[in-house]
Amino acid sequence: MDFLTLLQVLDSTVRLATPLLLACLAGLFSERAGIFDIGLEGKMLAAAFFSAAVAYVTGSVWIGLLAGVTASLAFSVIHGVASITFRGNQLISGVALNFLAAGLTVLIAQTWFNQGGRTPSLTGNARFEPITLPFAETLQNVPIFGPIYYELISGHSILVYVAALAVPATWYILFRTRFGLRLRAVGENPAAVDTAGVSVVGLRFAAVMICGVLCGLAGAYLATSLSAGFVKDMTAGRGYIALAALIFAKWRPWYALMACLLFGFLEAIANRFQNIEVIGFVIPVQFMQALPYILTVVILAGFVGKAIPPRAGGEPYVKER
Amino acid sequence: MDTMPKWVDALLVPFISVLIAFLISGVVIVAIGEDPIEAVKLMVTGALGSTYGWGFTLYYATNFIFTGLAVAIAFHARLFNIGGEGQATLGGLGVALACLFIPWPHWTLALIGAMLAGALFGAAWAAIPAYLQAKRGSHIVITTIMFNFIGAAVLNYVLVNQLRPAGSMDPASARFPEATNLPTLHELLAPIGIEFSKAAPANVSLLIALLSCFLLWLLVWRTRLGYEIRAFGHSETAAVYAGISPVRITMIAMLISGALAGMMAINNVMGEAERLVLNSVEGAGFIGIAVALMGRSHPVGVLLAAILFGFLYQGGAELALWTDIPRELIIVIQALVILFTGALDNMVRSPIEKIFLARRRARQAAQAVEPAE
Repeated sequence: MDFLTLLQVLDSTVRLATPLLLACLAGLFSERAGIFDIGLEGKMLAAAFFSAAVAYVTGSVWIGLLAGVTASLAFSVIHGVASITFRGNQLISGVALNFLAAGLTVLIAQTWFNQGGRTPSLTGNARFEPITLPFAETLQNVPIFGPIYYELISGHSILVYVAALAVPATWYILFRTRFGLRLRAVGENPAAVDTAGVSVVGLRFAAVMICGVLCGLAGAYLATSLSAGFVKDMTAGRGYIALAALIFAKWRPWYALMACLLFGFLEAIANRFQNIEVIGFVIPVQFMQALPYILTVVILAGFVGKAIPPRAGGEPYVKER
Repeated sequence: MDTMPKWVDALLVPFISVLIAFLISGVVIVAIGEDPIEAVKLMVTGALGSTYGWGFTLYYATNFIFTGLAVAIAFHARLFNIGGEGQATLGGLGVALACLFIPWPHWTLALIGAMLAGALFGAAWAAIPAYLQAKRGSHIVITTIMFNFIGAAVLNYVLVNQLRPAGSMDPASARFPEATNLPTLHELLAPIGIEFSKAAPANVSLLIALLSCFLLWLLVWRTRLGYEIRAFGHSETAAVYAGISPVRITMIAMLISGALAGMMAINNVMGEAERLVLNSVEGAGFIGIAVALMGRSHPVGVLLAAILFGFLYQGGAELALWTDIPRELIIVIQALVILFTGALDNMVRSPIEKIFLARRRARQAAQAVEPAE
């Protein structure tokens, strides 16, 4: 593999890791507050459809983005009402939301556009265009650094940079602010937070809403930046890979970045090379596709350091026992 | 928990939940500009109006009975098995290997062999998540989701690289030999003088599914093991105190669950397709979740819910054929059923509980007043 091929693979790694990262950080907020969310997939899918549909109709990707985030937030509200207000099973609620998104998006797409459950292709201002960072073209000929800056760092859509900035922002909010401390406490020991006079329900709803916004960005990125329009089931299990990355990262922001880059890299490799030959032994492409899931099971099994979720995760909080 | 009579808990609450789910589905149909009453009529005639429709309804129902029972038995041990899809996928592989590579003399023997192979492969696919949950505390929901994806990759690899006949572009196995083809309901019912559609895929697997319902009821409510599974599901600490091993119960419940999901393949792979194709499960593993929730994890409930979903599936296909309503409407209905019977159960339950509490208090107050007079 020569230098340019490597750069291209890394470049697509960045692009493929972005939706994973946004969804992973979304799950991080929710699960740190004690609300399991296997509905990341559904929220992304809903956001992908509504962002693409509204961007197509209005011609503005920004209004599309807003619509996508709104759709994702609506799903968050359902999840919050079911799992916080009515103390229902968070996992079952997540499963239901994933199906709701899978069904509704195609149903509405078919009614609105009549193109077999997809939106028309987006062009021009209805898509997020790549941004060329300053001096990218002038520095292009500088050896090593020039191509890296031009190919890898510059030339992505704005949401890629937003996702990158979301990592330090998440770290700061969770570990350096009072809100973050309380949010983490509510996922470990909600009774203590309640005793301190802080609303458990309020904090958990706040976390679920942040999760909705981030999933909305992830879905909008998929439909308006990575591809040009919505197609049926376009999230293709990315919500679950993000969940896997979250476990892989043991619910920590910087590790989440690393995990998502790793899983993005695996996807980029699987896309570019069909079967890879390593020392005379052919690795089938299906193995590369399954690798994120296999790695997650290995991590969950605790053979490579134990992944311990927030202690109150999945448990509805009941004030009086 | 004796605030409500038993029938309210077992029948009224799920009934109201499903009713809400259907009402919202009706609103969805109105919202996409179609007539819900017309849609229901079409679904009923399409799915139940002919033996052809019934044949498809019962074919789908057979799938859902297997996956519904699989989720239900895991629920009894308070385990959430989302892996039915992957276990049924691997079960399909087991059934295909048994049908392709063993020269069966007659379909009855082939059916028994295929059942064992499907159950074995399904159980094996559930065994790893079960072991990791029991021994290492890895969350079974996450591991079974991961195993769904790994299972899909395994099947893809085997079909493309191993089972695909030479020269074929289609990622599917060869046709199963004639001797393994299962008799359809038409062939079963003809000798006793009942005319049944020849074209419908419902087959002898339906009887196996009904038998499984009965055996599961026997296991859960009439055996020591079933008692242990339910005790473990109600309270792990109490079960441990009573000398029940959590590792053993987790393993056994999940192995039964995986075996049931894997056995679904005798219906869709052996009975209908008669060869192994990619994505032969078509989401039936997930519908099992809705079926088990709606049926309150009781075999009779699972059976009724499976027939309802079979009706929805066949009716949905008819709708897609004759109107502009896409098949995905069924996924929406399925989602709403899971949401209202599962996650929003308390929303329906607590108002009903309050009504019954108020009525009982009123009765007690009346009884307390009477002697004084």
